[in-house]
Amino acid sequence: MKKIKTVKTANLKASACKGGCGECQTSCQSACKTSCTVANQKCEK
Amino acid sequence: MIHAYKHGQQHIVLDVNSGAVHIFDPLSYDMLAYLEAPLSEEYPALLEEKFGKSQDALDSYADIYELYQRGELFSEDDYIDLQKAMPKAEDVPIKALCLNIAHDCNLRCGYCFASTGDFGCGRKLMPFEVGKAAFDFLVAHSGKRRNLEVDFFGGEPLMNFGTVKMLVAYARELEKKVDKKFRFTLTTNAMLLNDEVTEFLNKEMHNVVLSLDGRKEVNDFMRQRVDGTGCFDTIMPKIRRFVEQRGDKDYYVRGTFTKNNLDFASDVRFMVDQGFEQISIEPVVCGAGWEYSIGEEDLPRIKDEYDRLADQIIADRRAGKFYNFFHFMIDLQQGPCVYKRIKGCGAGGEYIAVTPEGDIYPCHQFVGNEAFKLGNVMEQTLDRSLCEDFVSANVFTKEECSQCWAKYYCSGGCCANNYAFGQNIKKTYRLSCELEKKRVECAIAIQTALSE
Repeated sequence: MKKIKTVKTANLKASACKGGCGECQTSCQSACKTSCTVANQKCEK
Repeated sequence: MIHAYKHGQQHIVLDVNSGAVHIFDPLSYDMLAYLEAPLSEEYPALLEEKFGKSQDALDSYADIYELYQRGELFSEDDYIDLQKAMPKAEDVPIKALCLNIAHDCNLRCGYCFASTGDFGCGRKLMPFEVGKAAFDFLVAHSGKRRNLEVDFFGGEPLMNFGTVKMLVAYARELEKKVDKKFRFTLTTNAMLLNDEVTEFLNKEMHNVVLSLDGRKEVNDFMRQRVDGTGCFDTIMPKIRRFVEQRGDKDYYVRGTFTKNNLDFASDVRFMVDQGFEQISIEPVVCGAGWEYSIGEEDLPRIKDEYDRLADQIIADRRAGKFYNFFHFMIDLQQGPCVYKRIKGCGAGGEYIAVTPEGDIYPCHQFVGNEAFKLGNVMEQTLDRSLCEDFVSANVFTKEECSQCWAKYYCSGGCCANNYAFGQNIKKTYRLSCELEKKRVECAIAIQTALSE
């Protein structure tokens, strides 16, 4: 492509197939106890 | 759905449902305002009218159309199984415990959401037997979940350090018997850190959160002892020594900003200069009407400050200096799955809080509100019917979230915040949303800037 650079390719759809195991860390436990950010959590798989 | 925004000279486009992130050139970016799905392969007449039909314009549209065909622009959310995202409360395993090990504190911080440590319930330390029952309760309700989390919280948990040690020892034996793995975290104001405590925490705690608001005058304005003196001079050497000995294990030096220090990027800078690399500074959680409350009128200033912080981080990383700001952390490649992103924090579902009396609440922020008391670990009671509202709370059942571009990054916000401001856990609080959206924009912008 000449005009657009993709920094991150699509992956949410793929994550729906293998996702939902529930083993990852509960987001509010991670740092601050008032947080609502979840996208910074790690996948345990 | 897409979200297109500018950060500095960057033209950033997020394709919401696929999660793809792109950097557009200015012409391609401007075209987006005139496009919506479905796109045609042929160059649209509206674009010709607005931008002409030069080779430059045709190239821009060709790239846009290629992304659309790839499912990375204007993509749909039809791949999400909503049934999978919305189980019944009784089917949700409990896997995370906020253990309020001490409803007491040795500080009297001005903005404390826990009523200076006792949550309005009276000062009390959790007896070992209650903690033990909480661990047994967690295991009994954890179903097939193997990774279980316990955060030692307060008040100030190190005021009950002996019980923390006994409970960790108990849990280490328990996990062998039940084939579970406990992951411990602890949140402390650092006043009681010493070599013995540090050694124990470094051995047993997966993560340690250390409270510090930043510069001395900022910290001491809010974080004070009972006698009104600031704690900075006591905690700073303790935190510095703790971090030095922490090695490569997780920690956060975590602060709160209020209306009084909206220049919080300077507090991040101060922390970096102290040698801290894992930093979190968050807006104060409180109702309106306090002199330190953050209001709508502060939004432009705070958004500018997040931009300032993002630019500071970009410049530092380009210069080879790494530190991490919690709310700008974003893993664009291996982040959580879409189901995690839909459901969010798990309060009242997979996540509960337990008080020194053994009472169970949906999370630490609801402790003391009798209407939200779910049961008691000593009595082994749990009314899951009270949890249905929490378990069904996700980005599709919260009206504002379903239409929001940031839904897969914030997961619908904090239930406690929503309740505090709107008496409804599914009614989002606009101020929090605006701040969260700005943080997500900055987080993505840092990644795109560093990719160039």
